[in-house]
Amino acid sequence: MMFLEYTLIGIAAGGIYGLVALGFVFIFLASGVFNFATGQMMMLGAYFFFAFSRLPGVGWPLAIVLAMAASIALASVVEWLVIRRLIGQPVIAAVMVTLGLGWMLQGTASLVWGQVPQQLPNILPRSPVAVGGILVPGRSLWGFAIAVVVALASVLFFRYSRTGVALRATASDQITAYSMGINVPASVRLTWIMAAIATTFAGIITGAINGLTPDLSNVAINVLAVVLLGGVNSIGGVILAGFIMGWVETMSGVYLGGKWREVIPYATVLIVLMLRPNGLFGSKPVERI
Amino acid sequence: MDTIAAAPPARARTAAARAVVYAGAALVFLALPWVSSGYVLFLVCLCSINVVATLGLNITTGYTGLLSLSHAAFVAVGAYTTALLSNHWGASIPLCIVASAVVASLVGGIFGLPSFRLKGVYLAVATLAAQYTIIFILREGGKVTGGDSGLALTMPHLAGWALDSNARFYFVIVPVTALAIWVARNLFQTRIGRAFIAIRERDFTAEAFGIDLLRHKAVSFMLGAAYAGVAGSLLAGFMRVVTPEQFGLTESVFYLAAVVVGGAGSIAGSIVGAVFMTLVPEFLAFALNKTQGLLQFQALAVLGSVREIAFGAIIVAFLVLEPRGLIEVFRRVLARVRARAAPAGGSATCDGSTGES
Repeated sequence: MMFLEYTLIGIAAGGIYGLVALGFVFIFLASGVFNFATGQMMMLGAYFFFAFSRLPGVGWPLAIVLAMAASIALASVVEWLVIRRLIGQPVIAAVMVTLGLGWMLQGTASLVWGQVPQQLPNILPRSPVAVGGILVPGRSLWGFAIAVVVALASVLFFRYSRTGVALRATASDQITAYSMGINVPASVRLTWIMAAIATTFAGIITGAINGLTPDLSNVAINVLAVVLLGGVNSIGGVILAGFIMGWVETMSGVYLGGKWREVIPYATVLIVLMLRPNGLFGSKPVERI
Repeated sequence: MDTIAAAPPARARTAAARAVVYAGAALVFLALPWVSSGYVLFLVCLCSINVVATLGLNITTGYTGLLSLSHAAFVAVGAYTTALLSNHWGASIPLCIVASAVVASLVGGIFGLPSFRLKGVYLAVATLAAQYTIIFILREGGKVTGGDSGLALTMPHLAGWALDSNARFYFVIVPVTALAIWVARNLFQTRIGRAFIAIRERDFTAEAFGIDLLRHKAVSFMLGAAYAGVAGSLLAGFMRVVTPEQFGLTESVFYLAAVVVGGAGSIAGSIVGAVFMTLVPEFLAFALNKTQGLLQFQALAVLGSVREIAFGAIIVAFLVLEPRGLIEVFRRVLARVRARAAPAGGSATCDGSTGES
């Protein structure tokens, strides 16, 4: 019974991982940039929500909309000012630039809001929900539900909508996409905006469950492991990997002790990568000599 | 004819100039502890240590193109090796340095294993795993590693001569750094060093030309880690205390920033980058202290955040505006100064070459 209970809790926690991992994958798919500032985008999204919800006369639904708008604006500015200028640079440049951006956002957040934990408005119901006779904390379950809905919506969007097809075309070959009349820079910006939406959702949910400090961005460090586990070019894969990672992490916390939680995700990934270098569901990139 | 006749004196002149530069450097090196303040000497030592670590990362990342986010963990391995050796066996500092280099390179080799199959970003995240695992082991090492509070070192010594002041340790750090620079410079004149560069440019093409990818990637990783080990050894002896906190992910990114800011794939760039990145926090602390009365804030309280913002901004600015780093900026400025300083000489060689053709 313990085992089943923690399994459900772990999988519920993994929903957030899947959501944040989507933020990585969107951007990677369109532009090949691995965004190490994802955690900071998530944390800042939650702080935007916090700041707007404290304004007089702003209820939490409006605060969410405003926080989304602010995150989208930030992501667009970052894409326009920095990322666009790195086209054609080696991958290490893009990685370094997002690390640098992450530091800037992290420092700004702790400068403005300090290290004191902040309480977000209670948007998720607290009361535990019985799933097949097992009680699951309400907020985790709702977080899980929202994560699944957003993830499903984005899978459908990528697969069937016209814009989604354009994004996938950009991902598979930028130059050919250009020649077919796809606006590649606009596609890239769109993925940054989508990443901002996904990470802000994830940030608000995580912040509502665990409280909000600038260290919220550390969640993304585990999400890196999720992305590699799932395969960086597979949307369905990373969502599944998110659940797996949530489960592995919770289990190692329960059966090995809390301090193992930091290491086990990476140890898992390291082993998986040795066996399958492109992750569980990723496809092998074709390379020219 | 003119150019042939002119060549030997020109070469002699550069040789003489080089001798003067070396003599001057030696003089500054010997005189510095007597003329500088304790603070300046401390900074020189710290810069020197960071130069060694940055050189190592530049070999792995700048020259071979293997992105590593675990460099600080390899520095930690060196530091702890030195701490354990000198605490338990009273080993002298040269022995500690060599042992730290060997142990760190072995650990680097083990964690470099994933690089045999992984590339680019995948490798970077795999090295993240190394970073977390190593620091985790140091934290959980119980009495051996001292847990979170780390280890305090006994007095380091050089064959019985106690290195009990920064001035004395300075005479260990700077020569070791000079040696590290010399080795790195010469490495890229050798077959292995050239193979690293070929792998960075296009690994499959390098393989097609007969370069053993796996072996060279492993050697590059181990060499970088060995440099980190030396830096860690020096740092442990210099600070006389090692804690897991000194070697976190932030420090790994710090070294990466030093490589990028100075110039990836450049020895001189590593030196410039490491010195620059070491001095930035000092400058920030100074500037905040000066302005805190004016702007009504506590310098100490905001220092951490401001440093994060500044480091991030520096990395972003360099990558967007000058991806080849400070060293390229220097080169350009120098070229402009030369062009302005010697218009007569420039036109003379131009005339000579047109006359001959």
